[in-house]
Amino acid sequence: MSENMIVSVSPHVRSGMTTQKIMAIVLIALIPAFAASIVFFGARAIAVVAVCACAAVISEYIFEKITKRPSTIGDLSAVVTGVLLAFNLPVSIPLWMAALGSAVAIVVVKQLFGGIGKNFANPAITARIVMLLAFPTAMTTWTAANTVIHTGAVDAVTGATPLGLMAAGETAALPGLSELFFGQCAGCLGETSALALLIGFVILLCTGVITWHTPVVYVATVFVFTWLIGEDPVRHILSGGLLLGAIFMATDYSSTPSTAWGRVIFGLGAGIITTFIRVWGNYPEGVSFSILLMNILTPHISNWTRSKPLGMIVEKKGAN
Amino acid sequence: MALRRLSGVHAPHRKNTAAVAPVRMPVPAMLTIPMSMHIGAPAKPMVSPGDTVKVGQKIAEAGGFVSSPIYTGASGTVKKIEGVLASGGAYVPTVFIETDGQQEVSETVSPPEVTDLQSFLNAVRESGVVGLGGAGFPTAVKLAVKDLNQIEAVIINGAECEPYITSDTRTMLDDADLIMEGVALLQKYLEVKRIVFGIENNKPECIKKFQELTKGQKGVEVMALPSLYPQGGEKVLIYNVTGRMVPEGKLPLDVGAIVINCTTLAAIARYVKTGMPLIEKCVTVDGSAVKEPKNVIVPIGTPMKDVFEFCGGFKAEPKKVLYGGPMMGISVPDLEQPILKSTNAILAFDKKDAEPPRETACIKCGRCIAACPLNLMPADIETAFLLKDGAMLEKLRVNICMECGCCSFACPAKRPLVQTNKLAKQTLRAYQEAKKAEAEKAKAKEEAKKAEEAKTA
Repeated sequence: MSENMIVSVSPHVRSGMTTQKIMAIVLIALIPAFAASIVFFGARAIAVVAVCACAAVISEYIFEKITKRPSTIGDLSAVVTGVLLAFNLPVSIPLWMAALGSAVAIVVVKQLFGGIGKNFANPAITARIVMLLAFPTAMTTWTAANTVIHTGAVDAVTGATPLGLMAAGETAALPGLSELFFGQCAGCLGETSALALLIGFVILLCTGVITWHTPVVYVATVFVFTWLIGEDPVRHILSGGLLLGAIFMATDYSSTPSTAWGRVIFGLGAGIITTFIRVWGNYPEGVSFSILLMNILTPHISNWTRSKPLGMIVEKKGAN
Repeated sequence: MALRRLSGVHAPHRKNTAAVAPVRMPVPAMLTIPMSMHIGAPAKPMVSPGDTVKVGQKIAEAGGFVSSPIYTGASGTVKKIEGVLASGGAYVPTVFIETDGQQEVSETVSPPEVTDLQSFLNAVRESGVVGLGGAGFPTAVKLAVKDLNQIEAVIINGAECEPYITSDTRTMLDDADLIMEGVALLQKYLEVKRIVFGIENNKPECIKKFQELTKGQKGVEVMALPSLYPQGGEKVLIYNVTGRMVPEGKLPLDVGAIVINCTTLAAIARYVKTGMPLIEKCVTVDGSAVKEPKNVIVPIGTPMKDVFEFCGGFKAEPKKVLYGGPMMGISVPDLEQPILKSTNAILAFDKKDAEPPRETACIKCGRCIAACPLNLMPADIETAFLLKDGAMLEKLRVNICMECGCCSFACPAKRPLVQTNKLAKQTLRAYQEAKKAEAEKAKAKEEAKKAEEAKTA
């Protein structure tokens, strides 16, 4: 070798896409829902999101420092986890609980399994479930959405989520469909506005960050299933965390299948479990549990749905 | 026709040199001609140091059936024959010719007598032509078909899907008549009933040219293919033209197809017409470190450094230099490496483009799986390779991989997936050999046991 030239294996040109860019696009796609949360739940939404995001990044930094691993906070995945967890919390959550939840997501669910790409379950979803079990009251105290843009002067009033009302049979108090669509109802920070989440969905699809399979199949399954059993399918897909879960959580790379058919099966399974929990289960909402359960099934789904190499010759059984 | 659209990647085109006709460069002071510029046995040198040679003179004969003769593109004196470290990592016997600039054409150069299939195949063999698209497989071997009825279609590869490279584009534009003469030869001697030009739709002028030239001709068609890398890959091209996928371990002919690169066909036609064998190549010189990118007609054996110098030298220090395009090209250790028969481009990149990107953890996004034209699962192959899991590699069919580079290109974590696939193929081979040996051992043991039983009974 001479002249200090670099010799490497082809290809010598790479696409411009990087892990960091993917995470940045996800964050951009979350902006509409973030804006909606500020409109409906006030400035405290900013505090919850900021605390969760910072706690996630700091705990990732400290964990990697202690374990002497190269820092990965630059890839922005911890920020995404923090923001997604915040979107799954009520606006009134004490900030220290939010920070603790973020640390659980990053340290226990992500880093202890090997860091980015190695976690088998969605960190934000799992942390949310841990918080739901650890702080049941704080996690189910809902604030009614503002009917006018929040000024910070009026104290928020508590309200029930649409799914809570449905489970309790109080159909008279249910918000209208347009309120559900725009997000003017009680619920977690980032889940109420279907419109904002759908804008995020379009951003993710157009940039190729996700494929349509999981979100569309997931939502369609819930729609068809609830319709078949005589529930209101439109209200079901617009209520609760379904859209947030289907678009942003069930499309997490490392905890969901990576083939098209695998993603279809994932969406189908999650839709069925969600409907079961919502209609017959003890909890009014089942999105988190269904995604976690499907995360656990993912290695099996991946094995069933391996893509078939073109030109493959399959040796016949008993040929020799 | 093709039932589904094969995957691939939208690699940047960067066909900067397509519009300008190639320039012939003056003969360099020294030609270094390696005896192995093709797949198969190296050629055997027929000259000795001190011999004088003329343009078009044979300096080495084919070293076996799968081999090819070699001719010199410059007149001069043979200085020495010695082993030179080539880009493949092996020492290859190389003939050094000090040129005299006279460029006197050898008296051996005369059109061959071609009257039937056998004499045509002999001519192809004697022309020294090998797969000029980059593979370097001796064309005469490819065309030596036992039963001509097997050939349902000959596909003329004008896809040129690699970024930067435009030498095939120039051949199609400048030597279209030679290509059409080649088409006539194939129709006459190989009795080919269907000839298809496969050209990517980013070369509309080539598509138009051949549509005009083939107008009204029976059995010849021009197919505009989407500009999706690796459109020019043999398996991909055959699938898109015929709708058939070459099964693993089989040849294109098993699905009735033969693929010939357009420049290869032109070189064969030139030899049949003029008797001038393959002695020079049209080479695309480009890349971020090159001052004046252009297509250059270069005698085979010209050291790269002379070609770059002819193109105005470098505007930045070349940190990586390639034979071929950036998707599948081979990076070379120094600039002494010569232009080979199969070289269609030499690219030089500055520091910014040369340094491999930083590799980060796999995020299991599935982009490599979505990009693979052959539906392989590079991410899973990587895991199986790291676990040294031969059985899983067999299941994942890493042996089918054509190393086109789509997976590495698409990977956002910048993992070297092609490199892993290459290594995994070795792991798979070792596993299969061990499995075979074990099966044979078990069989021998059982037979011995049976013999023992027969004896005691």
